[in-house]
Amino acid sequence: MEDWISIGYLLSAALFIFGLKKLGHPRTAPFGNQLGAMGMLVAVVTTVVSMQLAGNAQWELIIAGLVVGSLIGYWMAVKVEMTGMPELVAMFNGFGGAASALVALSEIQKYISNADLVPDGLELTVTMIAAGLSALVGWMTLTGSLLAMYKLKGGIEVFGKWIRTPTWGPSWLNPVKVLLLLSVFVMIFLSIEEPTNQNYLWGIIGVSCLLGIVLVLPIGGADMPVVVSLLNSLSGIAAAFTGFIIGNSVLIIAGSLVGASGLILTFIMCKAMNRTLLDVLFKSFGGDGEKQALTRTKVGSDPDEVAMMLDGAQKVIIVPGYGMAVSQCQHAVKEFADLMKEKFDTEIKYAIHPVAGRMPGHMNVLLAEANVPYEQLIEMDEINSEFPECDVALVIGANDTTNPAARSGEGPLAGMPIIDADAARTVVIIKRSLSVGYAGVDNDLFYMDKTMMLFGDGKAMMTGLNTAVKEI
Amino acid sequence: MTPEFLIANITLFLLAIFLGFELITKVPATLHTPLMSGANAISGISIIGALIGSNVAYEGGSTALSGLLAFVAVVLAMINVVGGFAVTNRMLNMIAGKKRGGA
Repeated sequence: MEDWISIGYLLSAALFIFGLKKLGHPRTAPFGNQLGAMGMLVAVVTTVVSMQLAGNAQWELIIAGLVVGSLIGYWMAVKVEMTGMPELVAMFNGFGGAASALVALSEIQKYISNADLVPDGLELTVTMIAAGLSALVGWMTLTGSLLAMYKLKGGIEVFGKWIRTPTWGPSWLNPVKVLLLLSVFVMIFLSIEEPTNQNYLWGIIGVSCLLGIVLVLPIGGADMPVVVSLLNSLSGIAAAFTGFIIGNSVLIIAGSLVGASGLILTFIMCKAMNRTLLDVLFKSFGGDGEKQALTRTKVGSDPDEVAMMLDGAQKVIIVPGYGMAVSQCQHAVKEFADLMKEKFDTEIKYAIHPVAGRMPGHMNVLLAEANVPYEQLIEMDEINSEFPECDVALVIGANDTTNPAARSGEGPLAGMPIIDADAARTVVIIKRSLSVGYAGVDNDLFYMDKTMMLFGDGKAMMTGLNTAVKEI
Repeated sequence: MTPEFLIANITLFLLAIFLGFELITKVPATLHTPLMSGANAISGISIIGALIGSNVAYEGGSTALSGLLAFVAVVLAMINVVGGFAVTNRMLNMIAGKKRGGA
């Protein structure tokens, strides 16, 4: 019987591996996702059947849990707007981490309620270390993800009042983070000696929750893609540690696969900003008081003027940024592209910076929602050579990712790869104001002679521009 | 738990990490979000531990508290799993749909 169960789990692990592999290629990605879901189904069915065969399956309990969770999850997945995707992914990460940590807690509660169940020797050591690490990573992922979610939303409404999510991280907080982490390790070590001591248990949970908050609190804006993918990685690691507690191979395999793939995405995001993971976690970017004061001004244009300049343009490259997501103007952008194509047979492309937006691939998802053909979305390295031959670069709510200061080798942006929008013949920038981006560096691109600024909300400006283009 | 079993599990852990690194290289930016949310759904695998835990609670060996915690874990993991796969599917349909339309 045992063998049969192992084969079920083996099949499920194989499906996860193939699923992840297929998810990495555009053509096969939907199939990869289905393989992953199938793997999960096989794992759940195997578990439930093995309980039934052992004669102790609690069907009411199993079905109630599965149905309630499925309904909530499905409802959230169907309801979410594409612009709310980063928040949803962050929240699911948190739930996954919490689930792993709760399983660990439930195991330890068994020992506390019944001391006869406490194992001895190697098993005790392994269980307590795995449970401690699972709690550390799991609870940290939960609080960190929830905070990240509210950061992505920008704030929370309490009794009709909008409270902004703070970004706060004085440098003395860094040693505190290290101390908190060390104290968890000490408590895990002590809990091996006294597995039924509740103080250690709640201590680990409390400190881990706090750690998640102080890790995410100082991180804001542009670093969010790194945080979201790091939390994704952690939720996998938590599942893997839980696998060690209950001695289940599929948890270990699936958890570490997710942990590793999440970490790779994290590094891709870091590389796109020319920062290391340690910098993101321990060095606030820009910070208070470091923002450059604005000394220059620029006269804004209006949509009619821009539309006249666009008349007969051969090639336009659109550079979307977080501002497009905030104003939810991706549909207006697509409409603009269609208009230009129709009227002047303009070639339209989109230049996608890897960290544009608030999660990895954020712009691609938004533009796909607006029916932008996949072939028009070009990654930064490939499109940069095309700017010199492009008539107009239309920058929508992007700032740091186009700032030529990154090439200078000085300041917070030094060395970060950027989109070469400044190489285009004319640059049009839709932005609320001249204010600095997240890195706190003034953007020379705004003040160039060939640059036209459209000050205002992305959606309002795009709609105005579309109307003006129609009237040409 | 024998030392052999522990070593076997650690081996699995390390091999799966290396495999994860190998699987996810060279993924185009368009797939970053779906990949992340799909992987996130897989991390809901702790549903297995939660199911076992909540079931064990009724064997009599452990308390209602332990069972309740595991039951909450079942619900949270299931939200993660179903929501994660469903939302990934929605995104991928959008992306893949565009490709067919554009060709």
